[in-house]
Amino acid sequence: MYHARIYVTLKKSILDPKGKAAFGALKNIGFTGISDVRIGKMVDLKIDAPNEQEAREVARNACEKLLVNEVMEDYEIELITAEQQV
Amino acid sequence: MSVKFGVLVFPGSNCDHDAYHAIKHVMGNETRFIWHKEHDLGDVDVVVIPGGFSYGDYLRSGAIARFSPVMKSVVDFANKGGLVIGICNGFQILLESGLLPGAMLHNRQLRFTCKFVNLKTENSDTPFTSAIPEGTILRIPVAHGEGNYIADQQTLDRLRDNGQIVFTYCSATGEVDDAFNPNGAALNIAGICNEKRNVLGMMPHPERAVEKELGSSDGQFIFKSILQHMISV
Repeated sequence: MYHARIYVTLKKSILDPKGKAAFGALKNIGFTGISDVRIGKMVDLKIDAPNEQEAREVARNACEKLLVNEVMEDYEIELITAEQQV
Repeated sequence: MSVKFGVLVFPGSNCDHDAYHAIKHVMGNETRFIWHKEHDLGDVDVVVIPGGFSYGDYLRSGAIARFSPVMKSVVDFANKGGLVIGICNGFQILLESGLLPGAMLHNRQLRFTCKFVNLKTENSDTPFTSAIPEGTILRIPVAHGEGNYIADQQTLDRLRDNGQIVFTYCSATGEVDDAFNPNGAALNIAGICNEKRNVLGMMPHPERAVEKELGSSDGQFIFKSILQHMISV
């Protein structure tokens, strides 16, 4: 069993209105040291696969087919085996 | 000739009955609902993908609905030249399914926006717009949280050069400017069609503007155009 954690974010070239709103609010309550906020989402997959390479392939296919819209989003896959989890 | 309309129904569609009412009772056409689990569109001439929140807008608007069984038939139907109109969430489903290019971001003001807007018809030479009198600015309401259309520059250029931008947000006198853009959409885009002109996606709701009692009957022009086109072919 593998555990894939997928981070989905808006492409850097796209203005992130949610991040901008949160950035404004942080500034208003005194966080002057924060210079930008981008908000994305995280998806956890549990994958039955014989090895890491195939697990990664399943995760990548799931991203391309459904989880990510590559017109506006980027993604990163972080893969860990279930045994490594605490 | 009678033109048969099919209105798709997904879990979470909520403009399906409005579309049915507008097309059947107001415009007087044969209309039936098509549940998203159906594989066969039957003998319909026009497919309407209505607005709403299919699958609760989970993941992304339209992302899950595009994999409903009926969508495979809709893609085949469209590829054979059948007329498909996607309204609001229906537009989002068309984008996710790849029948139209681009994607929708949250409205730039981050609020759900429900109000009448003015629309300029940028291309009258489509099955959806041919009956709109020249120069008429349509008053039709929008009601969405994610109507901020984006596409890469190359796609936007292609849409513009091919006449695929069908409707833009404008002033009451037809001036297309960011000041009249309700959601931040690129090039003030309110509606686009595919290259073959048989698939239209639009954020505003023509089915909500078909009777004077509703504040406008301008939406009728779009359904009239479809009828005129179907009768002429």
